[in-house]
Amino acid sequence: MKILVCISVVPDTTTHIRFTDKMDALDTSGIQWIINPWDELALTRALEIREQPGSGVTQISVIHVGMKDTEPVIQKTLAVGADSACRINHAPADSLETASQIAEIVRKELFDLVMTGHDSADYNGSAVGEMLAELLGWASFSSISSLSVAGSVITLEREGDIRSETIIAKAPCVVTIQKGIAKDPRIPSLRGIMTARSKPLTVVEPVKCVPLTRFLRFENPAPRSQCRMVDASNVEELVNLLRNEANVL
Amino acid sequence: MDFQLSEEQKMIQQAARDYANRELIQDVLERDANSIYPAKHVKALADLGFMGMMVNPKYDGGGMDTISYVLAMEELSKVDASVAVIVSVNNSLVCYGLEEFGTEDQKEKYLRPLARGEIIGAFLLSEPEAGSDATSQHTLAEDLGDYYLLNGTKNWITNGNSASVYIVMAQTHPELKHKGINSLIVDRNSPGITLGPHEDKMGMRSSDTHSVMFTDVKVPKENRLGPDGFGFKMAMKTLEGGRLGIAAQALGIASGAYERALKYSKERKAFGTEIFNHQSVAFKLAEMYTRIETGRLLCFHAAWLKDKGLPYGTASAMAKYHCAETAMWVTTEAVQIHGGYGYVREYHVERLMREAKLTQIYEGTSEIQKLIISRDIFSK
Amino acid sequence: MSILIYAYQYGEKFPKPVLELASYASALAEQTGGTVTAIVTGNPRESDLEMLGQYGVSKIWVTPEPAGPSFDNRAYAALLASAAEGCGASFVLLADNAISRAVAPRMAVRLKAGYISGVAGLPLHMDPFTVKRSVFTGKASAYAEILTPVKVLILARNTWQTIENPVTCLIEKFTPAVSLPAPDFEVVKVMEQTGTIRLQDAEVVVSGGRGMKSADNWKLLEDLAGALGAALACSRPVTDEGWRPHQEHVGQTGKVIAPNLYIACGISGAIQHIGGISSSRVIIAINKDPEAPIFQFARFGIIGDLFQVLPALTQAVKKLKSE
Repeated sequence: MKILVCISVVPDTTTHIRFTDKMDALDTSGIQWIINPWDELALTRALEIREQPGSGVTQISVIHVGMKDTEPVIQKTLAVGADSACRINHAPADSLETASQIAEIVRKELFDLVMTGHDSADYNGSAVGEMLAELLGWASFSSISSLSVAGSVITLEREGDIRSETIIAKAPCVVTIQKGIAKDPRIPSLRGIMTARSKPLTVVEPVKCVPLTRFLRFENPAPRSQCRMVDASNVEELVNLLRNEANVL
Repeated sequence: MDFQLSEEQKMIQQAARDYANRELIQDVLERDANSIYPAKHVKALADLGFMGMMVNPKYDGGGMDTISYVLAMEELSKVDASVAVIVSVNNSLVCYGLEEFGTEDQKEKYLRPLARGEIIGAFLLSEPEAGSDATSQHTLAEDLGDYYLLNGTKNWITNGNSASVYIVMAQTHPELKHKGINSLIVDRNSPGITLGPHEDKMGMRSSDTHSVMFTDVKVPKENRLGPDGFGFKMAMKTLEGGRLGIAAQALGIASGAYERALKYSKERKAFGTEIFNHQSVAFKLAEMYTRIETGRLLCFHAAWLKDKGLPYGTASAMAKYHCAETAMWVTTEAVQIHGGYGYVREYHVERLMREAKLTQIYEGTSEIQKLIISRDIFSK
Repeated sequence: MSILIYAYQYGEKFPKPVLELASYASALAEQTGGTVTAIVTGNPRESDLEMLGQYGVSKIWVTPEPAGPSFDNRAYAALLASAAEGCGASFVLLADNAISRAVAPRMAVRLKAGYISGVAGLPLHMDPFTVKRSVFTGKASAYAEILTPVKVLILARNTWQTIENPVTCLIEKFTPAVSLPAPDFEVVKVMEQTGTIRLQDAEVVVSGGRGMKSADNWKLLEDLAGALGAALACSRPVTDEGWRPHQEHVGQTGKVIAPNLYIACGISGAIQHIGGISSSRVIIAINKDPEAPIFQFARFGIIGDLFQVLPALTQAVKKLKSE
């Protein structure tokens, strides 16, 4: 089985988000870029699966749609154990563009399982995996918190709104990954870091695609009003405030 | 001149930072309080490749440059200098000496498992009556033809209990003074080795420090590093690199304390504003930052010289001297910025302050570093 | 302009997010001069369906659940796209939940429609169509434009109130114009989440952080949650320690919630955590550290020992509820 993990590159989740003076783009100065946390969990799980005897996983590749400056982050995916990476040289304006570019590659390279995070920590599109599945005409399973592979049998746990299910799915399919799938992302070993450079990182030019949505401008949230302190020995006052002032009880 | 790190170097730095922030931080307070050896961390760091970073890959090392080593040491030390010193001793005192001066057989037998981190090593130079004055070794390695007979006591040995391999400096030809010293590879399991009690230290409490006693320990001749009488020179060459590891450790202790102080000063309010806005605190942070950056440049410079194969003994002495003094000053001021919180264990800075003190003492005191530097100045 | 909403049911009733969605759609219809159609799958009770009419839905299409062992993203996307085409919808609106996030992007591709999730409030302009949405997990907002005639939107949670707007409501059967793809998977086990209040739907959430010190102390939070009828949540260190299951992790990489009342107990308020709760209407912080950043985001705060404050608060709530 060949697994493809879609990687988005996002600001570190501890970043204080700031925008340019015109408020029409992210101020990228001083930002540390990381693999989108859910994508990283997806990759971690893919690597774990490959290590299990009988998984039949022969290849783990990662794909990213972005400009050259994202390559150091892609290198990390190779350092932790992905076999190869592909970067589609394009700055996508919306999720459909990303999905369309990835679909082109999947059609050519015949992957069996595509994994991606169920959301991205930057623009929160949470759409690439599902759009990709639709473009490919594949089945898709979302909010997956457990995944195992044995030959062509894919077993997954899907967390729905009111129930969770254990599902046996067939390849090919797209799964979108949420927390629980793997514990912590891996720290690359030094050997992994040194061998990452010798693994293939292919750069592909984008196909033509028109975005259907775009961002006009951004806004930081309005500052919150001052916190009103209540004495620890007087919780009744807090309850009164909640009932009579905030109207939440 | 290029002040930019390579992508690999950044990734190594990040890997060490991730490990420290994710794993070391979890139990560092408990290990410090109860002097617990970090066995699981040593194993994990070995698996990640940190125990033989600079060893040639043909001996299962990482093949990294010294800059990468400095970066890793700094990141680990920001959170846990005890773990960092275990890494430092194995890398720059044990692996370095074996790779540089060992025979092929010695490398196959000892360097390979040490570089993989399957076993760790210790470097035994200090004695009860020979600390800074390393020329006056009282431990004897009597040449008995096929083997050396080792007798004596070594002090303050980092990894004293956890090491499987000792590199021991001992006197074979007392009449030749330091030119009679040999450096021997000693299996920890050899009959006649006894350990003193675990030293109850002020800081670095998670590393195991012991005195080691040798009573009629037989060491095969083939376990001598370099030619007869090379031991002292070998020790001095090795310590040049060791100093750099400790410089980077001190740098990490300083920057760890600085980062905590900076964060605290942005959160803590006094007189109606974050204390960062008070000049007395802001200037202190500015000075910390400047001294730390100076230390970083000194470390990088020494590492760069070493990687280029140029003499770096004075550069590493300056790096160690400056970084150790900086660590002591920065950690003390970081406690001050934290006020009462700084004096309790939960906030880490008092521990960093205790750890900083040792960097002024071990692998050559600050005074010895000044001696090295001054001799170099006057010889020019 | 025709507006289609997807009105899902849990059990028999329409949950509150659907009524909020209907209210939003009805406001949008007023702005654009259109009508609201709801598509409902399964065998809903007529009395439940009529409820949608109370919130401005003038037509309901009822259609059988697509065949298959369980919910299939592909089949539902085809079904909803067919309904959207059937009613000539310019807008397809969905509430924010796992089903919507699974279906809406696929449906948008089928409809060649622009898709935006996390929509907060009515459009600022119709031409070009511009809405406000949250980005960076609540750390910022964006004004985003959709360039296509058909638009697929997911309404963010707790950004729109339910507003009664009774209209005459026509109930019809709907048959999709396309044959739905047959699902090709098996469901081998189902675990219903019953009894407890779902975190994402909860009006009140009681949440614990590292300050709770151990898993055993969760009893205090359970008691408070019980008294308030609240769901339980926690910060990331808590799931990392294994004190609570990951499903309860709220924050940037966990669940993003927007309850009316969020009570943060022993949570310092790291920026990643704030990202997951910033849309909450009222945040209460209880922490022993007066400098904890959480107080910058809270409306009410108590500095004190959780192990004393929590039992007292539980008692005070119980007293109030019994009055």
